[in-house]
Amino acid sequence: MQMTERGSNARSDDRLVTLKAAGIRRDGRWLVRGVDFSIARGEVVTLIGPNGAGKSTTAKMAIGVLKADEGSVTRAAGLRVGYVPQKLAIDWTMPLSVRRLMRLTGPLTDTELMAALTATGIPHLIDSEVRHLSGGEFQRALLARAIARKPDLMVLDEPVQGVDFAGESALYELIRTIRNSTGCGILMISHDLHMVMAGTDTVICLNGHICCRGTPETVSQSPDYLKLFGNTRSLAVYSHNHDHTHLPDGRVMHGDGSITDHCHPDDGHHHPEEHHRHDGHDHTHHDHSHDHSHHHGDHAHVNGDKRA
Amino acid sequence: MLDDFFIRAMIAGIGVALTAGPLGCFVVWRRMAYFGDTMAHSALLGVALSLFFQINLLIAVFGVAVLVSLLLLGLQRRQSLSADALLGILSHSALAIGLVLVAFMTWVRIDLIAFLFGDILAVTPTDIALIWVGGALVVAALVFLWRPLIASTVSEDLAEAEGMKPAQARLFFMLLMALVIAIAMKIVGIMLITSLLIIPAATARRFSASPEIMAVLASVIGALAVIGGLFGSLHYDTPSGPSIVVAALLLFILSLLPAAGKNTAEKADNKGVR
Repeated sequence: MQMTERGSNARSDDRLVTLKAAGIRRDGRWLVRGVDFSIARGEVVTLIGPNGAGKSTTAKMAIGVLKADEGSVTRAAGLRVGYVPQKLAIDWTMPLSVRRLMRLTGPLTDTELMAALTATGIPHLIDSEVRHLSGGEFQRALLARAIARKPDLMVLDEPVQGVDFAGESALYELIRTIRNSTGCGILMISHDLHMVMAGTDTVICLNGHICCRGTPETVSQSPDYLKLFGNTRSLAVYSHNHDHTHLPDGRVMHGDGSITDHCHPDDGHHHPEEHHRHDGHDHTHHDHSHDHSHHHGDHAHVNGDKRA
Repeated sequence: MLDDFFIRAMIAGIGVALTAGPLGCFVVWRRMAYFGDTMAHSALLGVALSLFFQINLLIAVFGVAVLVSLLLLGLQRRQSLSADALLGILSHSALAIGLVLVAFMTWVRIDLIAFLFGDILAVTPTDIALIWVGGALVVAALVFLWRPLIASTVSEDLAEAEGMKPAQARLFFMLLMALVIAIAMKIVGIMLITSLLIIPAATARRFSASPEIMAVLASVIGALAVIGGLFGSLHYDTPSGPSIVVAALLLFILSLLPAAGKNTAEKADNKGVR
């Protein structure tokens, strides 16, 4: 086990996974080839790329689910992986509660289990059957399962698919927090650089091979990236303040910490003057303002110009 | 009026049912019903070979079942035909080759019906010992492999990534299947083995909140089917193997009835909450 000196500066000792000129071939076709990168403790590496670019294949190769047909993949001895696969088809004939799913690959105490579910916002679903979960709830359960393992390396293949917009940024925030508190390495797959940018150290742009790599800022302005993704979705690293948060159970937590069943503009929890501070960036800004209008008891979110 | 042979049949049948329960759950979860059928059908080939080479029946059947399942895995990897078509080819040709080989051996007279549909009333004390020792081995192995097997049933990739060795688990699972087929053959016969694996597991599903509960319940339900089927066969003078399967089916149908009641109760609860 290479567990000594967590967070030390000796970079070479900190490497969890190193891929050198690695490639996977199926039916005479290279799915990915010439993949070169490593993940260190505390580092967040994000793979982006179009459909069929080999993102999942690369991730599976990194953790040994697929064997490299070319090049080499080395993992730190005793590496503990937490994996959130892109797809998971559970036959409904297997009775599986969230609680049981959490203990799928290793034992957990009730406290550890509850803490992870609370972190991903679904403690109330602990005894629900997995097949009754919504897509977003299921992703939260999978993420909680990976976190609870206290892995050295988390591999998250589109971890927030099916999660609503507000939950998405909260989960990315959570992933960042976990990296900071545990010092684990994270390999993340996303096709939305926009969302992951703020929490990523290295972005690798993949399309059968590595097109470009670097910090999110560099990649987003690299010609290779723009060729793949076009310039239509411009990028901005931004932070914004919500004056309230919608909890997964439908209640609302306000900026002042109080929790109510609903949220109304004049319920005293809202402070318009605190709204929306944006980081200064010289490229496109997003006017991301939330306006809640209430009709007949249900409420609709009107997201002002989410995608510029 | 319980004769010795009847008690022996009961002990043997219950032993097989207890073993088949948890294994049958995996067959259902992994959608391997047809796979199990193929392995079972190949058992007749094992019977023929055991007669021809004069080797132990159990070993021959086990060996052939293992070979067929390995062959199947190899062919599936080549992906030239769908798994479904491959199973169809292998399943019935194994059975046919077995029947043809037996017919060639004019010097042996065997009761084919007993192999195809079981002859539980003819079990010997040795058979019982084999069933219980073999069954205990299978259950012990399942307990030992439980977490990797469940994990790789949910997702092979996830199990592999998190160090559960799913390929190894799959191989062991197939060995266990072959063993159960070899020991269950005498009870319900080659044609009906898969039903003893699947029907109790399917019946248990509706009352189970976890994989573990389902595995135990499937054993219990299988044992009930054996008891019911044997008494039925004694009472109505019907063949014992098919009677056990019919009893299992009746339990399955019964399990559907209260489930309907449970669903309406759930709906009423939901209304109450809203």
